[in-house]
Amino acid sequence: MTSVGQSLKRKEDPRMITGRGQYTEDIQLPGMLHAVLIRSTHAHATITSIDTSGAKEHAGVVAVYTGEELAGDFAGPIPMVWAPPGVEINTPEHWPLKRGEVKHVGDPVAVVVATSRGAAFDAAEAVLVRYDAKPAVIDPEKALEDGSPLVWDSFGTNKTHEWAVAGGDFDAALAEAEVTVEARYVNHRVSGAPIEPRCSVAEARADKFTLWSTTQVPHIARFVLGGMLGIPEDKLRVVAPDVGGGFGAKLQVYAEEALVLALAKRLGRPVKWTETRSEHMTTSHHGRDQINHITLTAKRDGTVTGCRARVVADLGAYQQLLTPFIPELGFPVMGGCYAIPSIDLHFTGVFTNKMPTDAIRGAGRPEATYWIELTMDKLARELGMDPLEVRRKNFIRKDQFPFETALGIVYDSGDYHASLDRLLEHFDLDEFRSEQASLREQGIYRGVGFSTWVEVCGLAPSRAVGPQGVGLQAAFYESANVRVTPTGSAIVYSGVSPHGQGIDTSFAQIAGDILGIDPQNVEILHGDTDQGAWGWDTYGSRSLSVGGEALARAARKVQEKAKRICAALLEAAPEDIELEDGKYHVKGYPEKSMTMAEISGAAHIPPNELPADIEPGLEESSFYDPENFVFPFGAHACVVDIDAETGKVTVVRYVAVDDCGPAINPMLVDGQVHGGITHAIGQALYEQIHYDDAGQLVTSTFVDYALPTAAEIPKFETDRTETPSPTNSLGVKGIGEAGTIAATPAVASAVMDALQPLGVEWLDMPFTPLRVYEAIQAAQGGAS
Amino acid sequence: MGATVRIGVTVNGERRESEVEARTLLVYWLRDELGLTGTHVGCDTTNCGACTVHLNGEAVKSCTVLAAQADGAEVTTIEGLAPEGGLHPLQDAFWEKHGLQCGFCTPGMIMAAADLLQRNPSPSDEEIRHGLEGNLCRCTGYHNIVEAVKAAAGKEVSA
Amino acid sequence: MITAPFDYEAPETLDAAVRMLHENGEDAKLLAGGHSLLPLMKLRLAAPTLLVDMRLVPGLHHIQRENGSWRIGALTRHADVQDTPELGLPAVVASRIADQQVRNRGTIGGSLAHGDPASDLPGVLLAMEGDVSAQGPGGLRSIAAADLFEDYLTTSLAHDEVITEVRLPATDAWGHGFEKFTRRAEDWAMVGVCALVKRAADGSCEDVRVALTNMGSTPLRATATEEALRGGALDDDSIAAAAEQAAEGTNPPSDLNATPDYKRHLARVLTRRALIAAAQP
Repeated sequence: MTSVGQSLKRKEDPRMITGRGQYTEDIQLPGMLHAVLIRSTHAHATITSIDTSGAKEHAGVVAVYTGEELAGDFAGPIPMVWAPPGVEINTPEHWPLKRGEVKHVGDPVAVVVATSRGAAFDAAEAVLVRYDAKPAVIDPEKALEDGSPLVWDSFGTNKTHEWAVAGGDFDAALAEAEVTVEARYVNHRVSGAPIEPRCSVAEARADKFTLWSTTQVPHIARFVLGGMLGIPEDKLRVVAPDVGGGFGAKLQVYAEEALVLALAKRLGRPVKWTETRSEHMTTSHHGRDQINHITLTAKRDGTVTGCRARVVADLGAYQQLLTPFIPELGFPVMGGCYAIPSIDLHFTGVFTNKMPTDAIRGAGRPEATYWIELTMDKLARELGMDPLEVRRKNFIRKDQFPFETALGIVYDSGDYHASLDRLLEHFDLDEFRSEQASLREQGIYRGVGFSTWVEVCGLAPSRAVGPQGVGLQAAFYESANVRVTPTGSAIVYSGVSPHGQGIDTSFAQIAGDILGIDPQNVEILHGDTDQGAWGWDTYGSRSLSVGGEALARAARKVQEKAKRICAALLEAAPEDIELEDGKYHVKGYPEKSMTMAEISGAAHIPPNELPADIEPGLEESSFYDPENFVFPFGAHACVVDIDAETGKVTVVRYVAVDDCGPAINPMLVDGQVHGGITHAIGQALYEQIHYDDAGQLVTSTFVDYALPTAAEIPKFETDRTETPSPTNSLGVKGIGEAGTIAATPAVASAVMDALQPLGVEWLDMPFTPLRVYEAIQAAQGGAS
Repeated sequence: MGATVRIGVTVNGERRESEVEARTLLVYWLRDELGLTGTHVGCDTTNCGACTVHLNGEAVKSCTVLAAQADGAEVTTIEGLAPEGGLHPLQDAFWEKHGLQCGFCTPGMIMAAADLLQRNPSPSDEEIRHGLEGNLCRCTGYHNIVEAVKAAAGKEVSA
Repeated sequence: MITAPFDYEAPETLDAAVRMLHENGEDAKLLAGGHSLLPLMKLRLAAPTLLVDMRLVPGLHHIQRENGSWRIGALTRHADVQDTPELGLPAVVASRIADQQVRNRGTIGGSLAHGDPASDLPGVLLAMEGDVSAQGPGGLRSIAAADLFEDYLTTSLAHDEVITEVRLPATDAWGHGFEKFTRRAEDWAMVGVCALVKRAADGSCEDVRVALTNMGSTPLRATATEEALRGGALDDDSIAAAAEQAAEGTNPPSDLNATPDYKRHLARVLTRRALIAAAQP
């Protein structure tokens, strides 16, 4: 029996449910010091003076440094890695501690290092920073107007860059359109908000440095931090221990990681920095924050002929690792799951005096899905058609795959009609509409919204997204090393770096099946740059479709060698050896068999019968760079109730049908879907990073930044269709971000459906009680 | 450095004594002094519940309790919820039902759920969801956490 | 986060606690459950130099019925109030404070002394027309609900006075209703309403009390609503008409989640709902 496809209980869990996990903050080293940062209280200001003398006198303080004092400790600034061919991106120098000017609330200006965290906090309060305030730029559209104050005088504009891509003839589609729908959407700023705050511990032993960090990207961090600090890569080890959730917020190389390394180097003692929750909200990168102007053209019969998007993206004050690229990241699926012959996309990035944005779960695709799905709803309303009928009419058909879009992107596989059909097996729309009508008579406003979504993930392929593709200065293959121990268990090092996805289990299932070893005896290692080959880490729903495939390929090489060893010892031809139920046997002779333990024993202590051309040992590696992305898809339905008197929205039902190809571990797939949807419900109804007009962050704690609790979230009804991807041998597609990409438009559409009888035409997220109440008031034509 | 206080607390059945700074929060005493790092800190405002432990048998947020306030009390952390080598029915159910992903909120979630089942041995879905409103999870969407608590309900006798 | 340093005492008698507060001035603070004070201290929005922990002081943990009143010791936790359903309104309100972990630590005396207009129990004290006993250097005095809350986070307690007991006239003959409007279950009230209705034998309103949470710098009584309803009918229309006056005289502050107008609107809606529940025969 194969373990792939089974809902194996997770190998990660025994340590985590007993409190024996090891997260970065759990690490204590002898002589360890604690760093606390002093951060700007202004959105935009010149630093006129920093007085650290009082802080230095505090008990327990070892050192206090300003940006000027540490200027020589960094060989280079915090990098941004997108260089699209032919496009200039305004990229200010970005140093871990600021000198001269601060550009957003929370910008770090000095650091205190002390023998305890408490002492460091005490001393930090005694650092006196004087600022000369400058005008703050907050609204991205106003920032683009002539005469706006500038975030960076040196660029002479608040525009960071423009980037465009088009295919087909949208202008012709517009000229010939029988129907044109226009819409403006605000996709507001959010926080990743993993429950584990960021933490970094750095240690220097002679010329060897180790950084333990709450990161999704230890390999990338080693590369970047080595450059920033002038440490050769062989002398820098980066470890991601158990990481308490990432959601993109830890797909970054942060100032604090560079700082603790610099401090450990200077002071010769280990240094730890732990983020407070307020620091997370203020200075862990944010996501979304786009304004989208969408034009959809169609024929009267509902056939969509063109899609144009004009995107203004508020990038904040600096360029972090991928800041300017994230709005564009969703471009391959900006036509959704529809066969749209012309697509015209244009992006404008804008500096504001806020924390930079970067990847947060979905990263560009939630925004794209939001606008295409809600504009399809609008088109249906305009045409007086059923929104699902308009979708069906425009779905790329099953027989059209692989499907090349107007932008030249090739969707790998899909069956969008089947997905929607399956959804409607679970969700009886006619029954819902009659229930909706009778509830309205009782004053309960119930609405349903649908999202038929497709996303692009599995980053990779390097030739599409690398330097000669869209211009990321990186590659996106993945690595795996599989070694079988002399007693027949396996140890795998993968270049991905998970933080909750259950990779230790799903990868063990893949490797175990290929090797003929019980997955319980396959140990998956990751997130330690000294343990294995270079990898490109975990983000963009890539771990399984890229890293899992690399693992499968390495494991197959091991299997092939195992067969050769087995063949030699059983006096058969290698091609006659079959693996079945954990035994390698000669085809047709099940009794002539060896277990992996026996084969590996022979590989490690070779008997004389083994031919000389078979090297000892049983270990193989693979580097895999896919030819294409993968394109998961699905159909979701959300039902909300609105209390029209108070404006409160409650999600009362959620049904999701998703397709990520064959599920390696269905239980894990469902778990990713549940969490992804919840993240999206959070954005749609509860969460918003909110700066006031002066650039002060209003939502700096979990009191104000409202992550939903169990009491706000419904139970989920999930189902799957399984359409394999031809891109990789496992047929798999990513599922980590799918729920988040799919669900915000479903929630928004449900809210609009519920509000429709009250006369509300449109409302932007988040659908807070106040906003909904005010929209109802406005639609009813009265002030309260 | 502020004033210090001498405390004696029975932690997971074992009497522990320390001289602590008065401002030491219970969570940091457990983590930094006793090495019981299963109890986590996720926020500054008593919202997230990752730090939930039992104080005299009831769930509390140990980031909002001074170590000094626990003097003379009994504290149970995730490490002491089940006898060494065994699993509490809730731990087992969280494993069985995939009630955790990154695992960071999990110890607090389990300790809160244990209090919930103590107060209400056979809760409805609604009661579970409201009973866990003091614990934030960003990974699971809560669905499988609710399933886990339901599965553990009724098995409490063995605990 | 970590609080600023402070000195710590855990006296064994009430007199000693009062003496410590008296001798150490405004910078000494009383510590009960700590769930109002410690969060502020962790954010360094408060930095008392001495905490006087009440945990060893005896005689302040009780819920007793005596001569038609409930006497609740100041150190009685929200969880204990929650678990005493015969209290009526206080038990319902206590069960909705924050979350169970908070309710397992927070105390009734601490919550009232903190004087936060967004917290739930001050509204109960106002609606039930209770009073608190406070022990100071000069002795024990009683402070009526209406006289306790003076301004935002400000009560009429002197810095060296300690609430020892809360007295709530029993409301056995009253119906009660409680509405707490939040974005999420565990949040502070955007607006909260406690309603008590005493039905006359003929079904009319013999007496009524409505207290509003987070509608100003202190908890408030909706007196206009009470006057409109008192002595009149208790049908839904009469209640709705009276509830329309719930926000009269209020001046709620604006915040991220609510404008003053919206809060006034919520006060009217929630008052109607709470009154309808309280008026059930």
